Amino acid sequence: MTMFPTTSQTSPTRGYLLRCGNDEFIDLKRHRELGGHAALRKALAMTPDAVREQVKAANLRGRGGAGFPAGTKWGFLPKDNPKPRYLVINADEGEPGTFKDRYFLDHDPHALLEGVIITAWAIGAHQAYIYVRGEFFRPIERLESAIKELYDAGVIGKTVMGKPFDLDIVVHQGAGAYICGEESALLESIEGKPGRPRMKPPFPAVVGLFGCPTIINNVETMAGVRLILEHGADAFLAMGLPKDGGPKVFGLSGHVKRPGLYEGPMGLSLKKLIFEYGGGTIDDKPIKGVIPGGSSTAVLLPDQLDITMDFEGVKAAGSSLGTASVMVFTEGTCPVAVLLRIARFYAHESCGQCTPCRDGTGWLERIVESIEFGHGRPGDCDLLISAANQIMGNTICALGDAAAIPVISFVQQFRQDFEDHIRLGACPYGNKPEGH
Amino acid sequence: MNLAFSSDAERRLQELLGRYPNRQAAVIPALHLAVREFGYLSPEAMDLVARRLEVPQSLVLGTATFYTMLHKRPVGRYHIQVCMNVACYLKGSDNLANQLKDRLGIGFGEVTPDGMFSLEGVQCLAACGMAPVIQVNKDYHEDMTPAKVDALLDQLRSAPGGEK
Repeated sequence: MTMFPTTSQTSPTRGYLLRCGNDEFIDLKRHRELGGHAALRKALAMTPDAVREQVKAANLRGRGGAGFPAGTKWGFLPKDNPKPRYLVINADEGEPGTFKDRYFLDHDPHALLEGVIITAWAIGAHQAYIYVRGEFFRPIERLESAIKELYDAGVIGKTVMGKPFDLDIVVHQGAGAYICGEESALLESIEGKPGRPRMKPPFPAVVGLFGCPTIINNVETMAGVRLILEHGADAFLAMGLPKDGGPKVFGLSGHVKRPGLYEGPMGLSLKKLIFEYGGGTIDDKPIKGVIPGGSSTAVLLPDQLDITMDFEGVKAAGSSLGTASVMVFTEGTCPVAVLLRIARFYAHESCGQCTPCRDGTGWLERIVESIEFGHGRPGDCDLLISAANQIMGNTICALGDAAAIPVISFVQQFRQDFEDHIRLGACPYGNKPEGH
Repeated sequence: MNLAFSSDAERRLQELLGRYPNRQAAVIPALHLAVREFGYLSPEAMDLVARRLEVPQSLVLGTATFYTMLHKRPVGRYHIQVCMNVACYLKGSDNLANQLKDRLGIGFGEVTPDGMFSLEGVQCLAACGMAPVIQVNKDYHEDMTPAKVDALLDQLRSAPGGEK
């Protein structure tokens, strides 16, 4: 099976972000054959201000999950701070369901790196760190080989393509902690410390890495910056929606015939993604639920799937676009078992700094586990929602909310399954609970 | 016991230090280096990192114990990690985990008596479209099936020494 099957050729924007197949690697030579570094050349001929304006005009919303406009974020850098500025790329991909950033590291690092160089020029950063999740040993090797190509070709280093602007790009390997995908925890981690999120304000744009102004952007956001410079802000906007520009990588996993990565415009129909690109469900079973944007987003029922995949479109259905990582499960799947995997994840990944999250995620896990193992008690559904609500909004970072949202949505959407589980003292679908 | 890095690792450490404005930022890279060098982080290995980086031992210990990949106990020559999260669960990772436990005769967090294999159930490995996924040392094995797990174990057993 390929990572992104050829069926995505039906996608109107195929080829802008996903430029190669699962068994290919775009090295510097190939990147240049495909028109690479044209965007960089354009950017270097412009003033940094003009580059920032263009990215702002393209309405590129951050692709790491929160969807904050990249151009606006760059604008938060203080104008008169004498300290060095850092650019940090968040490649700590770890939200369950999400596997898009790895594509760029593994197959097309120059699309990411060209965006990094353009962004460094735009914000005046001479040092960029790419924080890659620790398990990605092989993707890191490929990314580092691409960075070496850039140094060897004189694209980065003491000058950038001959321009008197020095830039170093360094890969920093994470060590297995989901929380380091939270931007301030990521900074702590680069500084050699446990990844515990910082209180904000001050925001990283003002006090970031090593106490200096820092911009943190996602991998796919960088690929988007390259496209904006290559094609212009208007063309980029036309590839998506007016307030949410550009093409997007969509992940599809779970009970579908052709899981993988697909490219489409921002605002792609969710049904088209699942049924056309993904070929529908395995054995054409009816859908039981769809998690649209990674494990922290609210689960949708089959009658809620007539939506577009963009930040506003998914929000209107009561969930979030997140990382646009769609997980599908069909009838016969027990939602209690699915939620248990999610609850375990957040309990495991809580950094332990805030009491509501540290203790709360543990309670959520234990309550769901007791239901799964047939020890659920009447009232547990309300208890879960109450415990989740006591985490929501009461923590330094968004991990607390990320743990609470799926619990609340699963219990609300599949209440009958949870109640049946509790009443029967066993799984209504006949699942045998797994201890591990 | 006074541990020391090999000359190769020392060279690598110097290179790492050049990447950051201060020595403390090299803590995680240096701990990765120590895991590669010694197999896991013994108290002596953490002490070595603290001394070489001139940072407090407490900081190194705090960081080392925060991250799951920085092993505090020995692992097998082949460290097998089975993703247990949603996408892999939906594609049968529970069965693969049970199969591995049965064939290796160990549970999660354990090492076979010959030191060849260790097994761990892990959180999302970010390969959900290729689920179920197993990681062995540095490599991902995707779209796994019971037959592929059997073949993988046979291959690892007959291979001479694995890359750490």
